[in-house]
Amino acid sequence: MNKRDIIIGLLIAVVIGMALSPFASSFPDGLEWVAEKMGFIAKGEVAPVVKSPVPDYAFPFVNEKSVWATSLSGLLGVLIVFLAAIAVGKLLIPKK
Amino acid sequence: MHIPDGFLNAPTWIGSGIVSLAGLGFILGKIREKLRDKTVALMGVMSAFVFAAQMINFPIAAGTSGHLLGGVLAAVLLGPLPAVIVITVVLVVQCLVFQDGGVTALGANVLNMAFVGTLLGYGVFSIVRRIFRTPAGFLLAVFLGAWFSVVAGAATCSVELWLSGLVPLGLSLGMMAGVHALIGIGEGIITCLVVSFVLKARPDLVAVLNEETRHE
Repeated sequence: MNKRDIIIGLLIAVVIGMALSPFASSFPDGLEWVAEKMGFIAKGEVAPVVKSPVPDYAFPFVNEKSVWATSLSGLLGVLIVFLAAIAVGKLLIPKK
Repeated sequence: MHIPDGFLNAPTWIGSGIVSLAGLGFILGKIREKLRDKTVALMGVMSAFVFAAQMINFPIAAGTSGHLLGGVLAAVLLGPLPAVIVITVVLVVQCLVFQDGGVTALGANVLNMAFVGTLLGYGVFSIVRRIFRTPAGFLLAVFLGAWFSVVAGAATCSVELWLSGLVPLGLSLGMMAGVHALIGIGEGIITCLVVSFVLKARPDLVAVLNEETRHE
């Protein structure tokens, strides 16, 4: 895997995260559906224990309803997980 | 199936957190000597792809949706242990940055999706792969492994919901496994599509095949 492969792979992820993410279904997911049916969904609607900087993929400073809110979150997330996974991997490689 | 804060009771989230931490410790120790730069670069790209793909919820029956988990996809392309790390990294970032999955439930989410889903799904893949040693058999193995990873993760999640006193075990298991059996079909299809694409474009990047040629 050379630099070119990495860039192509990252670009694919960026395109999915930015261009497709606004079209994602907003139906409840499997767990939420079960929680609704079983009547415990409200238990999860409490304030989060730790506040996140970008809750629910709504990018700050952008109108929540615009597609950019989700797209920019996609871009941000793709870059963060990429760097985080590389960092974890590098730490695990034995030093020569 | 990212569990939010508030669903699980303390014994359940603390217990599953300890199991996940112990599992991660074991995997990090085991992987340490084997990891190469090539795999690390792939882990980065794979994490990016899985994160992006997890944003794309696809509708399934009855007003519900699901999205790719990506555990078996990562395991086929990278090997099972790097795949656990990839999915864990994605879950941690989703939780801390995007509030997708609660901080208290992070251990349970890692246990369900990164460990149980990825490793059991990969186990099913490996077994089916050995039975049908043809290109079509390979894709069948990918599909069944990916499908099973979602159902197995959901089943583990249903046990945690039961342990937290939210719902009787049989009902929890039946409903979670039932709806995720449908979502798993999407997981299987997407995983097959991506694996076929990589097999055509860059077969050298498929870890499972590399290991087999080394052993033969």
